[in-house]
Amino acid sequence: MKLVSDALTSVRGGRTLFMGLSFAVDGGEALLLTGPNGAGKTTLIRTIAGLFAPAAGRVRLDGGDPERSVAEQCHYVGHLNAIKGNLSVEENAAFWNGFLGGHADRVAAALAAFGLDALGDVPAAYLSAGQKRRLGLARILLAERPVWLLDEPTVSLDATAQDMLGRAVDNHMAAGGVVVAATHVPLPIGSARELRLGQATEVA
Amino acid sequence: MSAFLQAFRQLIRRDLLVAWADGGTLGVALGFYVVVVTLLPLGIGPDLNLLARIAPGVLWVALLLAALLSLGRMFAADLEDGSLEVLATGPLPLEAVAAAKSLAHWLTTGLPLTALAPVLGLLLNLPPEAYAMLVASMLIGTPGVSFLGAIGAALTLRTRRGGLLIALLMLPLFVPTLIFGIEAVRGATLDSGALIPSLLILGAISLASLVLAPIAAAAALRFQLQ
Repeated sequence: MKLVSDALTSVRGGRTLFMGLSFAVDGGEALLLTGPNGAGKTTLIRTIAGLFAPAAGRVRLDGGDPERSVAEQCHYVGHLNAIKGNLSVEENAAFWNGFLGGHADRVAAALAAFGLDALGDVPAAYLSAGQKRRLGLARILLAERPVWLLDEPTVSLDATAQDMLGRAVDNHMAAGGVVVAATHVPLPIGSARELRLGQATEVA
Repeated sequence: MSAFLQAFRQLIRRDLLVAWADGGTLGVALGFYVVVVTLLPLGIGPDLNLLARIAPGVLWVALLLAALLSLGRMFAADLEDGSLEVLATGPLPLEAVAAAKSLAHWLTTGLPLTALAPVLGLLLNLPPEAYAMLVASMLIGTPGVSFLGAIGAALTLRTRRGGLLIALLMLPLFVPTLIFGIEAVRGATLDSGALIPSLLILGAISLASLVLAPIAAAAALRFQLQ
């Protein structure tokens, strides 16, 4: 299993964010994207997730399922949590579990892993910002995906929840999964490589 | 294949749950339908023959306007809370996501409005023999409204006040549905021979939009997500 970025170039709103970016992340490895605001961390993650079309280059997953796109083999956790306020915590989790094709018995385990097991019946709208983030992150445990793309996963998480996330990521890497995370703070995980994205080039 | 069907079913189920828990959207659509149809006789007076003559048209036009109210929100809520991005990276192609959401919209809007139409028909002195055809024509025609509407909803996703724009965009596209829907109901009372052809064309419009509209809506969604 190897996530490969092959000479990826991204242009957003007339600005070249990165050009000819090549890297590879092996199974069991985590790649942390760092860099100043506007360096293209989110753009890179969204490009891998297939949400942005790259101006040039491509992303591929060696050793993945050849019948599915890279995007389909990724968990994408963006800045927004993708939860419905008027559904309960458990209903939200059960939906993503069913939609993403996970085993139904994963719902309880995923909620427990992020400390939400006592809040199953609570409408998601009543959760605090940190709890909403945990519910958004619980999605990565609801279905099996070899690649995790996490965009600023620690936003509004307290120390306990950051450790929960760290444990989930460590387990995923131990199982041979790939993790790409954009972050400003160090994640509490075993080991990780860092890819520092530079300052964006000047507006043409 | 089963993963595909499961995801499709789950998405419809969630949209129904959200609509049920929310309540407001359906309430507004039904309320709007009732208010428009009851206001009209107040405006044109209690001439029962006149009301009976214009009833099919009024019921269909008001239904389209009521359905339009909630069309603009079809993808907007999912865009705002980030669900749309995850849906786009999931196991369902975006075309199927658009189809599932259109179907859910029909189940939560088109179907309840259709169920309400005969009750409102009473207020307009709709002839007794027209009720069955009123419901039939709406059952056949409203899926086309939801599926075609998905295109407008996707196109206006990021525009402010998209609700007004979607009306301008979509109402012209609803004209054929409107014409043949009204013709079918009239055909039931006037015996003009237009009944069966109208229903067939109405069905054709719905079937064509069932197949083609999700493709267009998905293309618009891809563009909006960029």
